[in-house]
Amino acid sequence: MEDKEIYAEISSIRNLMERSTKFISLSGLSGVMAGVYALIGAAFAYKILYLNGDVTTYFSMDRTEGFGTILWQLSLTGLIVLTLSITTGILLTVRKARKNGLSVINPSSKALLVSGGIPLVTGGIFAIILLMRFDFGIISSTCLIFYGLALVAASQHTFGDVKWLGIFEIILGLLALTIPGYGLYIWAFGFGVLHILYGTIMHFKYDRK
Amino acid sequence: MLHNFDKAFENRIRLQVMSVLAANESYDFNSLKDLLDVTDGNLASHLKALEKEEYITVIKSFLGRKPNTRYKASAAGIAAFKKHLEALENLIKQQKL
Repeated sequence: MEDKEIYAEISSIRNLMERSTKFISLSGLSGVMAGVYALIGAAFAYKILYLNGDVTTYFSMDRTEGFGTILWQLSLTGLIVLTLSITTGILLTVRKARKNGLSVINPSSKALLVSGGIPLVTGGIFAIILLMRFDFGIISSTCLIFYGLALVAASQHTFGDVKWLGIFEIILGLLALTIPGYGLYIWAFGFGVLHILYGTIMHFKYDRK
Repeated sequence: MLHNFDKAFENRIRLQVMSVLAANESYDFNSLKDLLDVTDGNLASHLKALEKEEYITVIKSFLGRKPNTRYKASAAGIAAFKKHLEALENLIKQQKL
């Protein structure tokens, strides 16, 4: 065998081992879009919370009149941001996979969904329970921490960079716990700014080739 | 030097199958077919050959009504795969001298 042939053989083995274990069709652009939606959502939330007259509503949290409306508006904003992010993510990922001639549903994408989905769904239920118990103070931390854990868990089935995004989200979540009252800002930074930053890096590192 | 090369891995597809199974706990037939971009018959015959060497084990089950065949690398298969890789590596080293 020629030297070149052996190198080709070894690199093809390596490529296959990686492709069979890692889902590489995640689109960087969808991260940027998720960040943009999150920032718009956070701006809406800010408006709902602080520009509705009484600034203290968020902290006093009595079940006063108008409080229920605020709660619904906030939940709805969150739900819209989540739905838009997921839909854009799926669409762009499918597009990227098609472009590269790869399948979207394969063992690594399934493993990615399962390992990321467990912490994510747990966190979602956790946040809903907090909401129902009127424990609003730590909801943004909960979102950031569980989302970060989900990313770290999912990262073994995709680009390693995802792990770093996850670690930063966890740190922000813990930080939000220590400075009460700044939850919304830290949430906006974690889900907005970090997503845009991460998406841009991913886009230039992997997508634009 | 060449005596370390495994005859079972002389075929490219067999080596590719083994790489996938070495990196994953198990892999199913259709995903393997998609990944390697080969035909049913071709893949089946190479899997048979690896099975005969006892390098892989077959797990047959049903997903609803559809048969779902999964493959797993055996300890002997992993050892042979590693040895083959080492042989490739040694060959490179030798040629560098």
